[in-house]
Amino acid sequence: MTALDDIDRALVNALQDDLPLDHRPFAPLAEKLGLTEEALLDRVRALRASGVLTRFGPFFDAAAMGGAFCLCAMEVPADRFDEVNDKVNAHPEVAHNYERSHKLNMWFVLACETPEGIAKIAARIEDETGLKVLQFPKLQEFYIGFRVAA
Amino acid sequence: MSIDATDRAIIEALQSGLPLVPAPYAEVAKKLGLEESDLTTRLAAMKESGVIRRIAAAPNHYKLGMIANGMTVWDVDDAVLAEVGPKVGALPFVTHSYERPRALPDWPYNLFAMVHGSSREEVEEKRQQIVDLLGDALRSSDTLYSTRILKKTGLRLRKKGG
Repeated sequence: MTALDDIDRALVNALQDDLPLDHRPFAPLAEKLGLTEEALLDRVRALRASGVLTRFGPFFDAAAMGGAFCLCAMEVPADRFDEVNDKVNAHPEVAHNYERSHKLNMWFVLACETPEGIAKIAARIEDETGLKVLQFPKLQEFYIGFRVAA
Repeated sequence: MSIDATDRAIIEALQSGLPLVPAPYAEVAKKLGLEESDLTTRLAAMKESGVIRRIAAAPNHYKLGMIANGMTVWDVDDAVLAEVGPKVGALPFVTHSYERPRALPDWPYNLFAMVHGSSREEVEEKRQQIVDLLGDALRSSDTLYSTRILKKTGLRLRKKGG
């Protein structure tokens, strides 16, 4: 856990809101926090350097660009986990991959530039590993905030 | 929504982030040979169409002490999912929530809600609030904790045809 002061906390919270498309988009927040823009940006750089913020910029939606995402899961035998993990992660379309506490113990997200790409990559992973890839595409989105209170 | 070559160049320039300078759009526009107003007009259009969800910070949950990551999954009566789904999504601690298809017989769950907490106990407490909210609509549920991050990269555009 990283030690953050009150201003850092306020920044982490405020910077999860949409940044305006203004010439000086950080100015209103800097004023609110009693900082100069440079002082604010120094803090943001420090938060990025320490890994508290992984990035700052646009969140793109591949689906809105004609691409597609799909959450996938596999039941990987414990003694094959590392080998299968290497094969799955070797695909650049695998954006995230988590080990989880369940019989279905490997959960990854495929991000492809076309919807057909999902089925193609999933089939390729099945061929390479001999294991079934369950596909859980998003049917309906109830909320996607990715917000976290610092 | 289709994006043209200029939009694509903008996305490629911004996929690792916005420059941390007082006038970031002016700097990106200059690099791309665009007027700042052209860039911001295009970014506004991409927001309008949903290509850009927002321009904001991506915090690392783990660095903020949110070390328990629970994917809570729920088998909810389809007849009421449209009604209760948004209520689950609106809970302040749910970071994302989706309807996804069941994979019967092994996977009866049709509602996914990601819950982060500083401990598994905290996630369990939050989970109980979802149990209470779903009430009679709930048939069964489970929580899958992440035990290891195996890979994590952002969206990476590849060259067309790649």
